[in-house]
Parts: sequence; C-alpha cells; structure tokens
Amino acid sequence: MYTFIQFVKKEFLHIFRDYRTLLVLFGMPPVQLLIFGYAVRTEVNDANIAIYDRSKDYISCEISQKLLSSQYFKLTNYISNESEIEAGFRQGKYKVVVCFAPEFSKQLERTGNADVQFLIDASDPNISNLLYGYISSIIADYQNTKINKLSKAGWMVTPQIKMLYNPEMKSVYMFVPGLLALILMLVSALMTSIAITKEKETGTMEVLLVSPLKPSIIIIGKVIPYTLLALLNAFSVLALGVYVFGVPFKGSFILLLFETLIYLGTALSLGIMISTFAKTQQVALMVSLAGLLLPTTLLSGFIFPTENMPLPLQFISNFIPAKWYLIITRNIMLKGLGFSYIRNETLILISMMVFFLIVSMKKFKIRLD
Amino acid sequence: MISDKKVIKVENLTKRFGSFIAVNDISFEVGEGEIFGFLGANGAGKTTAIKMLTGLLLPSSGEATVAGFDAFRQSEKIKKNIGYMSQRFSLYEDLTIAENIRLYGGIYGLSNKHIKEQTNILLTKMKLIDYKNSLIASLPLGWRQKLAFAVAMFHDPKIVFLDEPTGGVDPITRRQFWDMIYEAVSEGKTIFVTTHYMDEAEYCDRVSIMVDGKIAAIDTPSKLKQQFNVKSINDVFVRLARPNMALNQ
Repeated sequence: MYTFIQFVKKEFLHIFRDYRTLLVLFGMPPVQLLIFGYAVRTEVNDANIAIYDRSKDYISCEISQKLLSSQYFKLTNYISNESEIEAGFRQGKYKVVVCFAPEFSKQLERTGNADVQFLIDASDPNISNLLYGYISSIIADYQNTKINKLSKAGWMVTPQIKMLYNPEMKSVYMFVPGLLALILMLVSALMTSIAITKEKETGTMEVLLVSPLKPSIIIIGKVIPYTLLALLNAFSVLALGVYVFGVPFKGSFILLLFETLIYLGTALSLGIMISTFAKTQQVALMVSLAGLLLPTTLLSGFIFPTENMPLPLQFISNFIPAKWYLIITRNIMLKGLGFSYIRNETLILISMMVFFLIVSMKKFKIRLD
Repeated sequence: MISDKKVIKVENLTKRFGSFIAVNDISFEVGEGEIFGFLGANGAGKTTAIKMLTGLLLPSSGEATVAGFDAFRQSEKIKKNIGYMSQRFSLYEDLTIAENIRLYGGIYGLSNKHIKEQTNILLTKMKLIDYKNSLIASLPLGWRQKLAFAVAMFHDPKIVFLDEPTGGVDPITRRQFWDMIYEAVSEGKTIFVTTHYMDEAEYCDRVSIMVDGKIAAIDTPSKLKQQFNVKSINDVFVRLARPNMALNQ
C-alpha cells in the first residue's frame, strides 16, 4: 500500500508540474459552458406525437391530420386517459401530446374561439423549441386556409403550449449534462491514454515493469489521479450550472454520482485500451481527439439530437458512451427520474467498460510476451 | 573478487516469437561479483535475453535461475532482487532528484526514514547534494546517467542489469561511470552489462558475444583475443558478427 501511495504521489507531481495542461483542464470547461451558450440551432423530423382527443369531431380530426401529414410529426398512439400522459413522457415514448378539450368544435362554433393544448417534453430544449415553432405554424396555416375559406371568419384556434421539464427552454440545461459527459471523457480517457503512453515513450515504463510493481497496480496508480481530477471538474461544471445558470437538479445526487462513476470507469478503460494500442503520445492524442472528442461532441446528442441523424450515424451513435450518460444525466437532473428508468443505459455503459477492459488485458499480455 | 557462487544460471534458454527464434538455445553462468559483458549486434537477441532474465518475458523453453529464483515461476521474486537500467533514460524529468529517488525507493518497499538517510549519503558521495531539489531536466546527460545507475542500485540489489548504459555519453563520463561499476562490484554486486563500445568490453571480467540468437563465443577478454589471434575485442566482435566483412579486410 505504501508503495502504491508513493506511485500515486508521483503521478500527482507530474500533473501539477505541467501547469499549462492543468490550466487547460480546469479552465476549459467553464469557458466552454459560457461560450456554447445558445449558439446551435437544429431541425427535427418525425418527432413522436400522441393525441388525446376528447371531442373527436371534424375540426379536431382535421387538425390532427394536418399535424400528422407534415414531415415533422409521427403518431405513436391515441391516449384515452389523462393519467397516461405523464407515464409516456417519462418512458420517452413521445415528445409532444396534443390535447383537445371535449366538444372542441362546438365551443369553436359557439364562442368563435377554442384552445388546443400541446404538451412538449422540453428536457432537450433545442428539440422542443423547434417543435414549438412547427406547431405554431401548422396551426396558423390551418387557421388561414381552412377556417377562413369556410367563410367562418372570426373563428380562432389558439395553440396553448406547455413546456414540460424545462419550461424556459434554456439551452444551458442541455449543455450542463453534455459538458459533464464531454469533460469526463476528455480528462479520463485522453489524459490517461497520454499519461500511459508517455511512460512507454520515455522508457520509464520498462523500469516500472522490471520493478516488483504489478502491471495492474501501475495502471491503477496512473488512473486514480485522473479520476479525482475528472470528478473535481465534473463538480465544478455542475456547481456552475446549478448556481450560476440555475439548472434544476431534480433527481438524486447520489444516483448521479453513482452513474458518473460508472461512466468514468468506461472512459478510463477506453483510455487504457487506447494506450495499449498507441506507441507514442502523439498517436494517443490523435486517436483520442479523432476517436473521442469529435464523436462525443457531435454524435452523442450533446449538440445535435441523435433522432434526427441519418441511419448510419444513428447506428454509430449507439457506440458512444457519452450518448448513454447524457440520457442518464438529463433524466436524473431535469426529469428527476429514479434508477428504474435508466437501468438499460447503465447496463450499456457497464458492458462497454467490461469490453474495453477485456480487450486491453488481452492486448497488454500480448505486448509483454 | 569473483566467487564460485553462481548468481545467474542459464541452460538451453530459448525464446520463439511464432516461427522466429529470437534466442536460440543459449547457456552460460555468471558468478557473484562478476562483471559480465553481454555483446552482440543489433537484433542478435540481446534484449530478448535480458527481458527473460529480468522477468519481463516468459521463456519458451530451457532453464534459467537469477539470484536463486526460477525465471519461469518466480519472476516476482527475481524483480525484487535485481536492479535495472535501460538504454533509454529511466528517471522522470519533471521530478527532482530527491523525488525520483523517493519514488523508486518506495516502489521497492524501502521505509521513509531509510530513503531519506540514504538519499543524503548517496548525493553527498556523488557531490550532487546541492542539486537535491533540482529537476532532472535541468541536469547534464552525464550526470543523469550516473544518477540513473545510482537509483537502479538504491534498493541494494544482488544483480544489476545495465542495458547499454553509456549510450550517447562523453568519454570522461563513461570512464567515471565504469568507476561506479567497479565500486559496485567491490561491494559484492554482480553486473550484467550490454554495450556497443568495445573498449568497455575490455573492462569486463568475461564477455559473451551473441550472433543470430546464439552465443558464438564466451570467455575472458584476453583469452578471446588469444583464441581469435587478434589485438582487440573489437576485432573478435567483427570476426563473429560480420564474418564476410572480416574476410574482406
């Protein structure tokens, strides 16, 4: 144990001596959080929609048809009971629910004004913002072409839109979980892979391997400081998000910590795997940047919704650990969901971790033989 | 100085990588307190042989004991009893002298107090005590190599493996380096050294010359010169490693 502590201590010394890297590691996340801000706009096709029609008359049906015939929405189901609505949102079955009050057209005929209510899952603010725009324009279009043509001028259908989970649709709500995923991946996978290949490159790894230290202890010793750094970083982003930007934290902190540790494990084992393949720091850096940073930013759903990617990219996105961690953090932080809702995502992360570790162990043995 | 006790015993040691035989059936013994020179051209199998003796590689067949422990089954025990310095620089440049010594002392399980005392004694002896808290990166290469050697012996191992320890070092520092080797031997340590400098081979008690995975010659430098009827170990080496070139001369 004493030996191990000496080894970990040395690893910390490496990190603190290289103050430039340290500055980047701790300075970058807050700067990113501030810069990313509200920059990115996207587009959504075939968003899942459910219909809760309590009047089932000709106007409510026509509006429904018009929504479904647009390219933006795809019907998942009709809802018959109000209590089903919430459950569907929680399971992620649909993003939007349209609610027509009973006797919708009668009310329109009687008073010349009727409300149709839209409930939108806004835990991803980009998507919900777009959906909001689509709905408004479709209703306005129906208003112009249909109702006015029927020479029933003066009738008004007003969409009443309610954003669920993220009522103000702040982008920062989306960026905090995304940045968490990105930073943890970057610090743990990139930095460990570089730290390990550095020892290989300079020749110190040889000396360590000749020493009585077990290879597994060497790896664990190198990984621990980065785990702590990554956690510290994650907390600073989280704190900044919650206290400066007012991102809600509805779920359990312990659960988030638990899931974060699992994701960290996945990222670290990925970094170890990269280091068993890469011979030099430069290769490790290139592989990590091209193989981790870009896909994590672009394909995980951090910025662009994965639902909207072409099929091959959607397929690839399934292999990106950040995608699953992102779903988990959004569910915990914004929706306040419990473990049973994110069990599958957790299992996916764990199996990825196991896979990376098995590959690295195999590869490590081959290298030594 | 050299006792009859053998600290390295190698018999019919072989290492295969697929169909390629890197080390082919080599046998030799090294006595306690001996400076054993392990020569050979690049790719002759030296590094593979050293890796097997230091517990980094599992041999394919044959027998080998190092410091009384079996290379097949007791590599962990071998590792505790040997020191190792590679051709590549083995100290951490972004750590100070004291931190490097502390790390390696810690890895070999030496106590805090012992490390502190020994560090001061060692650095005073090497006249480096004023640089105790300097980063390795700020030291000249010759100093670093000497320091790396001292660190490799810090845990008082029975056998020290030196893999081309003087590569890229100036002649004066090389001479000083060999003084350190002689001093270590006088304290009863055994030195197993590889080198490309043939003048250094002359300093060894015995040398072996590897050619294509086999040991082509093994004896004291003077006997080898006698045997091949040449003036220097360099000539012996050229004869064995590059027979065609020797004929042309």
